[in-house]
Amino acid sequence: MSVVTEVSQDGKKLTISIEGRFDFGRHQEFRESYERLNSKPESIVVDLKKATYLDSSALGMLLLLRDHAGGDSSDIRVVNSSSDVKKILAISNFDKLFDIS
Amino acid sequence: MQPLEPLTILIAEDSAADRLLLSTIVRRQGHEVLTAANGAEAVEAFRSQRPHLVLMDAMMPVMDGFEAAQQIKALAGETLVPIIFLTSLTESEALARCLEAGGDDFLAKPYNQVILAAKIKAMDRLRRLQATVLEQRDLIARHHDYLLNEQRVAKAVFDKVAHSGCLNAPNIRYLQSPYALFNGDLLLAAFTPAGDMNVLLGDFTGHGLPAAVGAMPLAEVFYGMTAKGYGLSETLREMNAKLKRILPVDMFCCATLLCLSFQRGSVEVWNGGMPDGYLHSTASGERIALTARHLPLGVLSPQTFDDRTEVFPMAVGDRVFLLSDGVIDTCDANEQLFGVERLEQVFAANRQPDALFEEIEQALRDFRGEARDDVSMVEVSLLEAAQLSPPAPVYSDSGQSSPLDWSVSFEFRAATLKRFNPLPYLLQLLLEVHGLRAQSGALYSVLAELYSNALEHGVLGLDSSLKRDASGFARYYQQRNARLDELRDGYVRVHLQVMPKGEGGCLSIRVEDSGKGFDVARVMERPVDGVRLSGRGVSLIRQLSHHARWTDNGRSAHVEFFWEALA
Repeated sequence: MSVVTEVSQDGKKLTISIEGRFDFGRHQEFRESYERLNSKPESIVVDLKKATYLDSSALGMLLLLRDHAGGDSSDIRVVNSSSDVKKILAISNFDKLFDIS
Repeated sequence: MQPLEPLTILIAEDSAADRLLLSTIVRRQGHEVLTAANGAEAVEAFRSQRPHLVLMDAMMPVMDGFEAAQQIKALAGETLVPIIFLTSLTESEALARCLEAGGDDFLAKPYNQVILAAKIKAMDRLRRLQATVLEQRDLIARHHDYLLNEQRVAKAVFDKVAHSGCLNAPNIRYLQSPYALFNGDLLLAAFTPAGDMNVLLGDFTGHGLPAAVGAMPLAEVFYGMTAKGYGLSETLREMNAKLKRILPVDMFCCATLLCLSFQRGSVEVWNGGMPDGYLHSTASGERIALTARHLPLGVLSPQTFDDRTEVFPMAVGDRVFLLSDGVIDTCDANEQLFGVERLEQVFAANRQPDALFEEIEQALRDFRGEARDDVSMVEVSLLEAAQLSPPAPVYSDSGQSSPLDWSVSFEFRAATLKRFNPLPYLLQLLLEVHGLRAQSGALYSVLAELYSNALEHGVLGLDSSLKRDASGFARYYQQRNARLDELRDGYVRVHLQVMPKGEGGCLSIRVEDSGKGFDVARVMERPVDGVRLSGRGVSLIRQLSHHARWTDNGRSAHVEFFWEALA
């Protein structure tokens, strides 16, 4: 599994971890990781610790997640980005939409 | 396993007894039988009746089985018609000859019914497999043809739209794959009515047709609004709103938009999600990075979209260089990225500005060994305004309804000044007067200068001497944005009056503002030139229009345009 999902015990926090390349090949898995949940989590963490690469379709997937989680009122943190991944997120100015660390 | 469908099987055998025996066995297994007594008959039977499979005796009179097998295989072409040799030969050399002649298998005499049935079954499987492969190959080839044709048509339509601009202008050089559209790459350039040049390099998410569909509406907004004289901010707002409205959530367009003003010697930049562009100063050799400060187009709602641009001074010979991420992401054989550092090394090593473009291409080729099809680069340099000739606009009306005696006054107040650009409307109105059309460029430039002087120096109280040097230039435009944001009151009034005069006519423009005014006599003493960064507006107005004068301590500017009888 290259997309691993974990929901906190109180059901309020969803953590999605991506392993390997975060590109169009992960599209289906990534969408299912949040769409199959019965209740909407209050906050979402996308863990990129094991992600080696991120392309523009991954950015599109993050936008889909944000839209699903309520758009401007969503609470999404993108954590453990490598310096390369951070660079891509910075060029796209995605730090204006997501809390990136 | 699915039951064997009855096949038509050709039996070529010179011995009548053997032929009868085999025919009986094969018929009993449920197949239809054709027979031939020698190779020539076998070839003829194949030609006329196309059996599915052939049982072929090797040694026959007239034409032997080897020759017949070769001819039948040639006739069958790509279709697999299995040939099983019937042979009493036992030497391996002879058996090998059967296969070399095109045989697929052999069966030793005397015949074993069970083995014969099994071999027919196995050959039928092969035959079907081959048929399926051929069918799928043809299907793929057909789809591929359709796809190429669709792309060709889509590209032809798009090229009509995209190339309606001025990519062939002498100050533009670019590199783009002919099918860049299907990588989502987009390059557009067009002149504004004032003779400025707008350039857009964009990169849609994804590949193929999905990446191409957004390009058309984006190009239409770009060309439409550029031709009408809208500024970058309004054009960006409209492009963003349109893409946000029509694209799915996960699609967007990274883009850098430039406006080069040859008259003012400046470049206005907005970068949303593209790699750094570069502004090269020829005189100092310095490089300013044009960094992405914004989210790509099509992500934010119209309410939250940020259309703030940056403005930099440019001298004649300076150039702006933009590139797509295909340049930086070009990989070598070891999956190493070309990267920003290597690109900057090429910049640093450059001695002749004119050769830079080739040097980057060369560096990419050396690095990768072959060209990538999603590499887009464009270089735009600043020429003397006179070296460029923007195409004359085309008007479709007859000219019979030209209004020749009228006047109109506008007052634009604070809330309007913040976001609305009245120039395109004013220009459109004035170009209803046919006599003014020939000088639409000068008219727009003068209107734009009068308006921005009234807004920036009058209403906003900005000091043009700030624009003395490059850093002051940037500070000036930061202050402009900040003061505009805070603006509570103030106005710009525009009075237009058109009157017939002999066979031609006269347009008089008066622009007033609510600012503090300026020392008219002192500004008028300065020579009319175009070298300094500051104070450009006034000399430009004096060069392009008649009777330019300032009254009310500089708060009221007045110019005139004339035209003669129309041919």
